[in-house]
Amino acid sequence: MGEFKVHRVRFFDYMPTAIRAMAFNAHTERLALARMDGSVEIFNFTDHYFQEKVIPGKDSRSTESLCWVGGRLFSAGLNGEITEYDLENLRPKYSLEAYGGPIWTIISNTQGTQLAIGCEDGTVKLFEVLEEHIQFERNLDRQKGRIISLSWHPSGTHIAAGMMDMIRVFDVPTGHAVQRLLVDRGFGGSKSQETVVWSVAFLSDHTVVSGDSAGKVQVWDGHTGTLVKTHLVTKWDVLALSVSKDESSVVAGTSEGTVIQFQFIAPTLHQQQDKEWVRTRTFKNHTHDVRALAEIETAIVSGGMDTHLVVRPLLEKFDEKSHASGLRKIHFPHVSTEMAEITLVSNCLKKAGLLLFQFPGQLELWRLGDSDGHGKPGDRLPLKRKPEKLLLLKRKGEDHICCSALSSCGGWLAYSTVSCVRIYRLQTDNNNISITKVSKLPKALRSAHQLCFSSDSSKMFAASSQSSVLVIALTQSECKYVHTLKPKSGSRQPIHLMTTSVDGKWLAAANSDCEIRVYNLQKLKLHCIVPVYGSCPSAMGIHPTTNNMTVVHADQQLFEYSIVEKQYTDWSRKLQKQGLHNVWLDRDTPVTHVTFNPKNPNQVVLHDMHMFCIIDQSLPLPDQKTQFYNQMTLRSLSEQERPSHLHAFKICKTFQVSLLFLASLLDDQSLVVVERPLLAITSQLPAPVRQKKFAT
Amino acid sequence: MVAHAEIRVVHLGGSKINFREPVITNDSRFLLCASGESVKVYSSSSEECVHDLQGHTDLVSGIVRNPSNHLQVYSCSADGTVRLWDFTDGILIKTFIIGYPIYSIYVSENHGGVVFVVVPMANDKSSELFQLVAVHLPLSGDQEVEARELSAVLCDVSPSGAASFGRKGEYIAAVKGLQLEVFFFKNQKSHRFFLKPGNKKGAKNAFTCVSCHPKEDCIATGHEDGKIRLWRNFNQKKEYTYSTLHWHHGAVNTLQFTPEGTNLLSGGIESVLVQWHYTQENQKDFLPRLGGAITHIAVSPDGSLFCTSHSDNKITIIQSCVKVSAIIQGLVKGEGVRTDLTIDPRSKALVLNGKPGHLQFYSLHRDKLLYNLDIVQQEYIHEEGLDQFEVVKAAFDTRGDWLATVEERTQKGSELEINLKLWAYDEQTQSFMLNTTVTAPHEDQIIAMCFSPSPEITMLVTISFDGHFKAWLLADHSDTKEGASWSCDFVGGYHHLKPGCCCFSADGSLLAVGFQEVVTVWSPSWELLTTLSQPPGAIRELCFGRLSCSKYLLGTSTKNQLCCWNLLTCSLEWSTPVDVSLLQADPLSENMAAFCSQSGCSDLFVFKPGEPRPLYSQKALCTGKVQRAVFAPRDQMLESCEEHAQWLNRSQLYFLTQHMDLMTFSTKTEEDRLLASSKLLMVDDSVAVTPFYLLLGKHRQQQEALTNPMAERIQLPQGSIAIKELLYTPAHVLPSASFLCSMFVRSLLISSSSASEEKEPVEEEMESEEEDSEGEAELRDARQDLGGSAAWGPGEELGAPALTKAQERELRRVKHFDHSWLSSVLEC
Repeated sequence: MGEFKVHRVRFFDYMPTAIRAMAFNAHTERLALARMDGSVEIFNFTDHYFQEKVIPGKDSRSTESLCWVGGRLFSAGLNGEITEYDLENLRPKYSLEAYGGPIWTIISNTQGTQLAIGCEDGTVKLFEVLEEHIQFERNLDRQKGRIISLSWHPSGTHIAAGMMDMIRVFDVPTGHAVQRLLVDRGFGGSKSQETVVWSVAFLSDHTVVSGDSAGKVQVWDGHTGTLVKTHLVTKWDVLALSVSKDESSVVAGTSEGTVIQFQFIAPTLHQQQDKEWVRTRTFKNHTHDVRALAEIETAIVSGGMDTHLVVRPLLEKFDEKSHASGLRKIHFPHVSTEMAEITLVSNCLKKAGLLLFQFPGQLELWRLGDSDGHGKPGDRLPLKRKPEKLLLLKRKGEDHICCSALSSCGGWLAYSTVSCVRIYRLQTDNNNISITKVSKLPKALRSAHQLCFSSDSSKMFAASSQSSVLVIALTQSECKYVHTLKPKSGSRQPIHLMTTSVDGKWLAAANSDCEIRVYNLQKLKLHCIVPVYGSCPSAMGIHPTTNNMTVVHADQQLFEYSIVEKQYTDWSRKLQKQGLHNVWLDRDTPVTHVTFNPKNPNQVVLHDMHMFCIIDQSLPLPDQKTQFYNQMTLRSLSEQERPSHLHAFKICKTFQVSLLFLASLLDDQSLVVVERPLLAITSQLPAPVRQKKFAT
Repeated sequence: MVAHAEIRVVHLGGSKINFREPVITNDSRFLLCASGESVKVYSSSSEECVHDLQGHTDLVSGIVRNPSNHLQVYSCSADGTVRLWDFTDGILIKTFIIGYPIYSIYVSENHGGVVFVVVPMANDKSSELFQLVAVHLPLSGDQEVEARELSAVLCDVSPSGAASFGRKGEYIAAVKGLQLEVFFFKNQKSHRFFLKPGNKKGAKNAFTCVSCHPKEDCIATGHEDGKIRLWRNFNQKKEYTYSTLHWHHGAVNTLQFTPEGTNLLSGGIESVLVQWHYTQENQKDFLPRLGGAITHIAVSPDGSLFCTSHSDNKITIIQSCVKVSAIIQGLVKGEGVRTDLTIDPRSKALVLNGKPGHLQFYSLHRDKLLYNLDIVQQEYIHEEGLDQFEVVKAAFDTRGDWLATVEERTQKGSELEINLKLWAYDEQTQSFMLNTTVTAPHEDQIIAMCFSPSPEITMLVTISFDGHFKAWLLADHSDTKEGASWSCDFVGGYHHLKPGCCCFSADGSLLAVGFQEVVTVWSPSWELLTTLSQPPGAIRELCFGRLSCSKYLLGTSTKNQLCCWNLLTCSLEWSTPVDVSLLQADPLSENMAAFCSQSGCSDLFVFKPGEPRPLYSQKALCTGKVQRAVFAPRDQMLESCEEHAQWLNRSQLYFLTQHMDLMTFSTKTEEDRLLASSKLLMVDDSVAVTPFYLLLGKHRQQQEALTNPMAERIQLPQGSIAIKELLYTPAHVLPSASFLCSMFVRSLLISSSSASEEKEPVEEEMESEEEDSEGEAELRDARQDLGGSAAWGPGEELGAPALTKAQERELRRVKHFDHSWLSSVLEC
């Protein structure tokens, strides 16, 4: 198009970590997902699989298993501790040493009164779930060999435990093992290796289903302890099992990256007795181990070593083809407030565009490259100055960085972990950069979910617990606590989005309860609350001149709200009246950033993981019949015909094979795009298990 | 002596036996398969053809066991009839006339009195859409019944083998394209399941075949990308589910569950029979190297025998999936018959290229492959796009002592490789041995070659695109140890023109070579005697007349001319404007056959070179051009006095159509004779019928008769045809006991005529021969009586004495036949 000079930033070598465990809460429809680095993510399945919350990881913590009890989330790991999470403050609430060595698994009974953990030393320990705490109750009979997997019978009277080479069934009231199911070893060379029962499932008809390292999925009769059926599904390991709620289907995840479904089917059509477990479908959406699985009402959710979270809808559960019935690959965490990869551009320094990259363990400050070339649209311009890494700041302590911010003048840098906030003063003169830590911080500033500087860099805002925002005044020498913007009532959910206006008058903060509050910074009080919409806001921005706030929600709806007038703008009403284009609504990933074109007040720049879009409010809105992705068509048209085919959504899909982290306009009409090619990520994954491919 | 001798074009010998799925009988002793217009009954242990069930007048398109009687089969045909046969005796029991061409047939034991057939959707044959209809077979006593009570079951099915009955016949599943349709008979509802075309990643999802589990509700479908899907819960619109098995890399051609449903058999292009263990799908057994792509699989009802049809016209019988126990090989017709059809003068077998690099010797009389002769003598590598040596020409000399073959290989970008090989017949090994190999006999492709028929000299003439013809002579090097070998004797040409054809006169005194528009005639001493020409148009084929017409030379040209030259006057005798695509001379008579292609059809003219008037002509023989034709001598001369059928007396004309079907002409007389001889082969239940058995059995019988006159006396009543009739005819086709009684008692009396006949075979033969003239006419109506009374004739008391008399005569005839047949076997 020749409209912008584009910086395609590819030196952000972000690497997501593998998915280790998963737990689905059918009651709240939230999926908790644990990664290898100890972080836990919460996805809201009722709201377009939106990643609501992220609890940052910690070096010493490794999560092996997750478990919901009511609305409470517990995890256990190889460090031997049970951890409960504080989902309102996005941090571990407490950790409890179980004194049984590394813990492999944690489960709760259906009543939610007890937790059971399987330990390395061969004990199954029961914990009582109390109001605010959990308390050790007793051990079941100690076994030789580690307890790898556990499953509680729905009635609560029995527990099946997967061990090395065997499965034990325990009677919970007495604590004695009542059945010993011996699992065969693999064939050939693996005969000498112990079979690890990676996963067991105890069904209400006392059927035990097990998946083991010999590649078998076995069905046992839990009453008699006899083997009913063996399905050899892979040459490698069966790592995960999950049972549907009605117990008519079991899915198994394997090292080959396949998910195999077993269904409880009667051999003849019209009589429903003598059902048996039959292997049916195979899904192959992963390249590596499937470590975590959950079969929910309408879909199979799987995740593993290749770091994707895949939601595979079961088409038979849908009445008609709809948005929800499409296959969804949530590649990587996509919310900008997310701990792992926030990136910020300092766009006030026209001469030196600075980029801050946040990794769990460090911050990196980069200066963009420069080019004075002029070229035709689509040309690659030669670089006059290479991009330069100015600063690498390693965090202190074990906790991972959860958020960071760079002031727009480039003079202040701040980051926060769950335990502390640190603010640094940056001084750049020519090519030298010096950093000094601001030593005295106000007591109130202990940790933040979000950090943000005002546009004149005189204030810093930190989203704190219970949806409150701390206002910190920054001067050359010190920083001082000014005020706490606290909602009088309502939600205690954490703030996940925060933005300030350029004129320094307004601050908008959104929390996971979908509330967006606008504060007047001059009066330091609540200005208004944007009408609550049913879906979580995924990105928002305040226009530099009109102070209209553009909000995009997880369900792809787009609103423009006039802060001054405290109402939706006419354009927003028009858009809602006409409705958004179906193609726009069918997109998978939510919009992650909203910025504005400083030169053209009519243009709003949005982007999600795979595309970026410029909305020109002066152009007519597309109706359902118009071609939505029309850039290629436009290019083929002549100058005269073009205006009649224009519509407000101009979308660039050049970035489909990479992940887009940031697209923002600098003052000099250059566009900064931070992207990460998918290939670069997959090439850094460990090699998948060897599989014989035909004709190789 | 024969009332009318209608000539029909029939599939007789060399037909496809892999056209439809074969059927194994309940006791696993017989294998039935559709072969052209007849159903062949093979013994599954000896591979021998036991019966040839004839009666259909068009291609047989399906065979199924009669579920209510395990001794009967239904067959259907494109002639619009369904016939019920007793295959143990080879008797046609009933004919149901449907009235539409039928493409497949299905039955289920839970649908008594109903057969399901696939017929075209619209009434005409050209329609591309087919439907599955249920036909209620009326319960009527007649031999021929009209069954017009049709009810449509499924519309738009594929014409062949893509439907299967489910457990207890509750539903039928059919596949076509990307759709699986299951029709439930109980509530008359059908469920359709669609797959995406799936062009991504080379996955072609189209269905190819279907089989239903016999005990459980599970449907197995095969797909073009080699996957097998097992469908379950298919009575639900949404909750249906399937699992996928994948081993085949090409399309799955056929699927079959074993009768108990414990195994699933599948086959495809890999020529490997795969046995999947039902519910243990990871475990599978393979039976590899079956030698050709598998097209059909059939399983015996007890599951002990499998048989697979292969694309190279072969049926393999497999015992319990581990051992190939028998192979029934039909005539191999690959993509094309490069060699002409030729007749081996010794064995009278049809010779053409068969397996890659081989010549096959196929006995047309016995409809059996005799043997394959490896010509190329190189390992054949199955790989796409690999150029291999191919046998392109073959010729025999008149006595069958020498065989000449030409093999060639064209590689892209490299020179043509040609080998001329000469094979001598070795009496000791009874086969051809390689004598001489000539590498690069010509610089270009060899167009034609022929041996000189002259008895004094053994000479071969080859003509090639390089503009030369070469004569090859057998030179006797008696001084060296090597023996006789072939060498080039003469290289000839004519004005650098390209030769097109060559032909020796019947006595070998003249050689005619066609050089484009000019026919050159050469003497044995290689003098150019004369040239003949009849422009315009290049000469396509040349043929000398034989016997009384040997003074004539026939030639066809590309510009629609058929010319006849008189060689004595060296002038044109006559010419007619016909587009002759193929000219063939009968070696045993003066007759010539000319195939003309006209507006997409082929016509046949049979004429004598002496007069331009056809002896016989048939319009619209078949669609498309006739590819090859040959006159095959009969082993026994036909005595037909009907004028326009006389040309078929000495030899039979076989021809290959565009679709590689081998067809021939049959006269009424011949068909009658065949029917009569089929009666002869009554099966002795104790021993499988092999030629060896027949040979030995006959010898033993004769010896016993000669040595022990007492034994002969005891044997006599047993040999009586009436008792045989009584004992061997199935009970359901026998007339009532009261009717049989008198016949039986009469048969116990020692008949004087039959006794003398046994003692003096020479006399008997004379007698039968002189009786033959009047006998055959009577025989016809007598047999009609027999057929009628045997099936449904308790009322005909009058028929009883006539019956025995006729049968006795027939018995005599039968004996006569037997001896002649035996002598022919001994000769071989």
